[in-house]
Amino acid sequence: MTLDLLTTLAFVVIVVSMIAAARRILRGPSDADRGAAADVIFFGFVALVVILGLRLGNDLVIDIVLVATLVGFIAALSLARLITGGKR
Amino acid sequence: MSDVLTHVGTGLVLAGALVFAVGALGLVRLPDVYSRLSAVTMAGGLGIALMLIGVLLHFPSPLNTVKVALALLIQLATAAVGGNAMARAAYLTRAPRAAATRFDQLATAESLTPTAEDVVGVEVEPGDVGPVTEPQGPGDR
Repeated sequence: MTLDLLTTLAFVVIVVSMIAAARRILRGPSDADRGAAADVIFFGFVALVVILGLRLGNDLVIDIVLVATLVGFIAALSLARLITGGKR
Repeated sequence: MSDVLTHVGTGLVLAGALVFAVGALGLVRLPDVYSRLSAVTMAGGLGIALMLIGVLLHFPSPLNTVKVALALLIQLATAAVGGNAMARAAYLTRAPRAAATRFDQLATAESLTPTAEDVVGVEVEPGDVGPVTEPQGPGDR
């Protein structure tokens, strides 16, 4: 019961954070702002996967999170390269 | 005992979500891209790390401990590198800085401020230091 309540609260907090990041993507003003906000949204999805694992009582989500952190790093670096137009 | 671990784990997941929310708040409220990136990089990495430890306390086993330790190592190392790459991209594309971060405490010491003759190989306009084009107004939140 406590688990349900607290994970629901964490779920709401994460979703509100992701909506705020989506608003930053829409407003900009620079491309790096949008890249940072996209990073936040990606980590928000990882956090939602963690909460889903707690609700389902399944520890397989640890594997998903492990892969997602690697993919997220590559995504952040790719976005940074995209913003600079390929310059190093 | 296991019940205690479960409750502590749930508390850690909630704490991670709150730290994440603080980062998102900084993303919305801070004035320029560099300060926003500092908020996002710190809070995002720490939030996910806390949530991972919370999940580990729900499912304690040696294999899960190894996986979570590896994920934590990757997360804490790569969040900083990713944030640095993004801030570097912002600098290279000449993203404007907030006016409040452009302080110069020695501005009144005229003889000590570098002039165009002091900086070899770089053309410096008076009053223009670095790649700043326009200070961002306070209206953009």
